[in-house]
Amino acid sequence: MSEVPLFKVTIDNITVEVPAGTSILEAARKIGGDVAPPAMCFYSKLKGSGGKCRTCLVEVNKGSEKDPRPMPKLVASCRTTVMDGMEVKNITSPKVIDARAGVVEFLLLNHPLDCPICDQAGECHLQDLSYEHGKEGTRYEFQRRTFKKHDLGPYIQLHMTRCIMCFRCVYTADQLTNKREHGVLDRGDHAEIATFIEKSLDNDFIGNVIDVCPVGALTDKTFRFKNRVWFLKPLNAHRDCPKCSGKVTLWNRGDEVYRVTARKDEWGEVEEWICNDCRFEKKQTSDWVIEGPREISRQSVISQGHYAGTVGTVLPTETFEAVNAGRQPHLLLDIHDVSKVNKPEVQLSAINGPSHSNNFKD
Amino acid sequence: MQALTTRAQQVERKPLSFLESIYLWNIFKGMAITFKHMFKKQPTVHYPEVKREFSPVFRGLHVLNRDAEGRENCTACGLCAVACPAEAITMEAAERLEGEENLYREEKYAAKYEINMLRCIFCGLCEEACPKDAIYLSETFAPSDYSRKGFIYGKENLLIPNPVTHPTEYAAAKGNRI
Repeated sequence: MSEVPLFKVTIDNITVEVPAGTSILEAARKIGGDVAPPAMCFYSKLKGSGGKCRTCLVEVNKGSEKDPRPMPKLVASCRTTVMDGMEVKNITSPKVIDARAGVVEFLLLNHPLDCPICDQAGECHLQDLSYEHGKEGTRYEFQRRTFKKHDLGPYIQLHMTRCIMCFRCVYTADQLTNKREHGVLDRGDHAEIATFIEKSLDNDFIGNVIDVCPVGALTDKTFRFKNRVWFLKPLNAHRDCPKCSGKVTLWNRGDEVYRVTARKDEWGEVEEWICNDCRFEKKQTSDWVIEGPREISRQSVISQGHYAGTVGTVLPTETFEAVNAGRQPHLLLDIHDVSKVNKPEVQLSAINGPSHSNNFKD
Repeated sequence: MQALTTRAQQVERKPLSFLESIYLWNIFKGMAITFKHMFKKQPTVHYPEVKREFSPVFRGLHVLNRDAEGRENCTACGLCAVACPAEAITMEAAERLEGEENLYREEKYAAKYEINMLRCIFCGLCEEACPKDAIYLSETFAPSDYSRKGFIYGKENLLIPNPVTHPTEYAAAKGNRI
């Protein structure tokens, strides 16, 4: 076997050496930071993904050392492999920035801006993308594409209206499971993700489609409307799972486990796939060995109100009694006597599916 | 002795003049000033009877808004709570059932919504953060109370009256704000 040659590629004036066959996007991610183009459909863990959303467009102003002509059009960096001596412009090119704004406008043609309702808000890639590149208004004047809500099995909620057709979930189902039951029906503007004849998905790893979805089209039904992600505490935890690695992120509020997801890296991609048992069934703190708080990017809304270290995960020791010779503090008000929110005896996370008005009848 | 600062002044210790020695004169002088104020314009008002007009940017008690059909605007998105610097706002969300479309505008709504008025600093950031025009600060004070319990305001205290069933109460609660 011959050695894979290393190619020198310059992205935004930063040079890296990557093995031949690497895509421009992967090379840019090696540099990291703002240089890496955003990706809505490409997923490094899924074979064949990418090339659909066009958010990762970059300008190649020098094809290679041997053929230094620039590429005539912007190229999708996730599907273009690097050549030796290639020079790529991402954020330094006004053409790319302009094209990306156009792509975001296209993606938002049919995407409803119902972020206040959507459970993905706060960790949605499209939200971040449109915040950075989007324009305030839309020029679309026609009826938007809408679908009815759809249940994919007992745990997964599909909002086709929010879907941007990235095909990640189809690849996930195809590659993680041996019997795929959902895919894309119809073509063009009518295309939709659906299970054939309402067939429920009951594969052990199908829950991962929730994690790969860049928008809120596929969401966890057991977490639906329970809480906003930025009020939850992400904790690294693991358990002995016979099916998967068991390494997950718990989203806690107090000691209640509201949601279990796979651990996501800085590009929003899962580190290890987790099984449905871990994701949907183990919603007790006692099921898990907690390793500590998960590090969240400082720029993310999820990091609001969260502090470094173990703050918020370990109860502070009460010193009042020790200092005041065993006297109990004289409380003027116990908030739980009056407040009807966050009652300690009510376990919202234990309700299967979203809560309704009948869950709140006192 | 060297003075510590240059601001020290020598006190005059002159003997009193005749006019000053009859103290009655100085009392008259003082009373003249006192009585002069009776005829001046008063800067204060008699509060419960007379009420001052609020500034157009006054931030008072919160109101949870309804739309023209009387449905609640709030979708429990949590942006007010995350914007709140005093962490006074808490809520619990629920999904709208079929048949509740006339109560709530969106498919998700705040089943419980509470503002702790003891914590609230009336900064108005919740009003700014709200994407649904659901919360705004009205032109009333939070009324005083003898116990702390009375300051935990739930939805029943905060919701504006229904404009369809109670139009006069709605107009009164809405005030002069647009």
